Amino acid sequence: MIRHIVDFFGDEGYARSRRRLLYLVLVLIVAADFLVPREHAEYLWDRLPGWSAVYGFGSCVLIIFVSKFLGHQVGLMRREDYYD
Amino acid sequence: MIDFVHPALLFILGAAPIPFLKGPIRKTYVVLIPVLAIVAVLTLEPGNYGAGHFIGQEILFAKVDRLSIVFATVFTIMALIGMVYALHLPRAGQHVAAFVYVGSALGVVFAGDYLTLYLFWEGMAFASAYLVFAQGGERAIRAAFRYLMVHITGGVALLGGIVLHGLAAGSLLFGPIAGGVASGTMDTGGYMILAGFLLNAAVPPLNAWLTDAYPEATVTGAVFMSAFTTKTAVYVLARAFPGTELLVWLGAVMALYGVIYAVLENDCRRLLAYHIVSQVGYMVAGIGIGTEMAVNGATSHAFAHILYKALLFMGAGAVIEVTGRRKLTELGGLYKTMPLTVALYMVGAFAISAFPFFSGFVTKSMVIAAAGQDHRALVVLVLTMASAGTFLHTGLKLPYYMFFGADRKLEAREPPRNMLVAMGMAALLCIAIGVFPGPLYALLPYPVAFEPYTGAHVTESLGLLMFTALGFVLFLKALDPENTISIDTDWFYRKGARAFLWLAEKPLARYEKAVSNVSDTVALPLLHGTARAGLRVDLHGIDAAVNGFARTILVAGGALRRLQTGVITHYALAMIAGVIAAIAVSAVVWQ
Repeated sequence: MIRHIVDFFGDEGYARSRRRLLYLVLVLIVAADFLVPREHAEYLWDRLPGWSAVYGFGSCVLIIFVSKFLGHQVGLMRREDYYD
Repeated sequence: MIDFVHPALLFILGAAPIPFLKGPIRKTYVVLIPVLAIVAVLTLEPGNYGAGHFIGQEILFAKVDRLSIVFATVFTIMALIGMVYALHLPRAGQHVAAFVYVGSALGVVFAGDYLTLYLFWEGMAFASAYLVFAQGGERAIRAAFRYLMVHITGGVALLGGIVLHGLAAGSLLFGPIAGGVASGTMDTGGYMILAGFLLNAAVPPLNAWLTDAYPEATVTGAVFMSAFTTKTAVYVLARAFPGTELLVWLGAVMALYGVIYAVLENDCRRLLAYHIVSQVGYMVAGIGIGTEMAVNGATSHAFAHILYKALLFMGAGAVIEVTGRRKLTELGGLYKTMPLTVALYMVGAFAISAFPFFSGFVTKSMVIAAAGQDHRALVVLVLTMASAGTFLHTGLKLPYYMFFGADRKLEAREPPRNMLVAMGMAALLCIAIGVFPGPLYALLPYPVAFEPYTGAHVTESLGLLMFTALGFVLFLKALDPENTISIDTDWFYRKGARAFLWLAEKPLARYEKAVSNVSDTVALPLLHGTARAGLRVDLHGIDAAVNGFARTILVAGGALRRLQTGVITHYALAMIAGVIAAIAVSAVVWQ
């Protein structure tokens, strides 16, 4: 069974199904986020349904591009023989 | 009946027979000792053991309380898993080093005074360095030397701090350091101890030793290293510096620091090492917040972290073991040949990313919730962002490029059975803690009033994580690994050492040459001249004097000879005259 699950995530043939599954899951999560009860809303964003989805996506993009900027433009990334 | 068996001694004394055991006996033995240690820790009763005096100071060999029991429990469990993972090793060296390493970590956890702590602290540094040296090859040996030098420097700071703090406080007993950073009343010794602890916790800018050395260690050694050094540092911080404001900010910064570097990293285990830095950030921040809930969160997160991080290192280690490759640019397509490794690795990845029903979910969220309760909105946002980054790298980027992605047609197979068993044990615990957090919560130092499984918490976590996955899918191309290394703070001592050597080779060598030139052109003739003058003085002055003196003695001797008449009466008369003269002289002196 494990092999089947792993193959589902690896094989090129399932690429379409994978993408559909991802979008389905995303929609379900956002829908559920609108439905759950929120008693302890300490901060503004705790009261906003779907906030964590936006924040997660934003964080992901920010992390990728800020890091790559630091790596390429600021010069953190160097050739492998830099210290040799 | 002995009421206290120190688990550290089980490991340290237990290491001695390992080289003399062979085959199945050795395998049984190295698994049996960790099992015994787990039993010993589970039966520990809180209290003080082994109190004494040393150079006029109070010594407490073992202080057992709730905090130390949590860490000792996970350390001994981890020792068992790590030994199972390393069972196939043909040579005893790494087993011995791992035993001493684990024993020393347990020694620190139970240390009741700073001297005992320091002793085991250094033991950890040396034993763990062996696990890097054992890899062999120039890269590993250079990294091991750097690792050792950084830790020795940190150890010196710690020892200096201990001495100063001991003099100021009048006691070497290990406990909260009075005053704290915020009130500004902490003494220099306190700051030096803090610096020594922060170095081992890999807090930037003192983090580079970790990401430099861990990926160079042996496959099995890195698993041990990922578990003990930083978490021992978390323990001592929790004991000595809870509620230190500085730690909150250092922790938040390091949570993001590790994530940013992980984007740039191409070496699979170095990427994981950067996520140790990131995860330890949550613990350091929790300790800095210092409320009961925050310390509980930091402690439980350390517990969960040891297991899932070891699992991730075991997964990456399995890939290195069978393929001999470590760079993401050279890996890919392994899922067909290593499906079990993929599945077990992913359990660790879900646990570190804090998916519901995995261990990180019930521990990491406690730290974030504690920050929220303490009204630290910015810390909450930073730590949540770091969570997204964690899933992005360890849950998506690393497995994608290591196991899936472009198929490099590598010859691969599942790793040896013992490795899979060890990974299975860790994976089981990651899930068990996530599904049944009760037993872990019961173990924590303070009573737990935190419910991780609320509807909002589950949907928020899933939203954060799955929309991170969406970002990954959309920007996959931007994340392609590149064949580079990243400059971290080790730049200062790696390039600094080179500058020092340049200084030694160029200006100092030139100076030395100049000095020898001066001696050739000026000093030597001067010396020759002086020597010649000396010779002249010798010949004409001193020799003349000596000769003159000798001639005088000769003449005097001749005169004396003339006195020697050979007549007894003359001698007797001379003696009597002498005696009278002596008496006369002493009589004069007497008065």
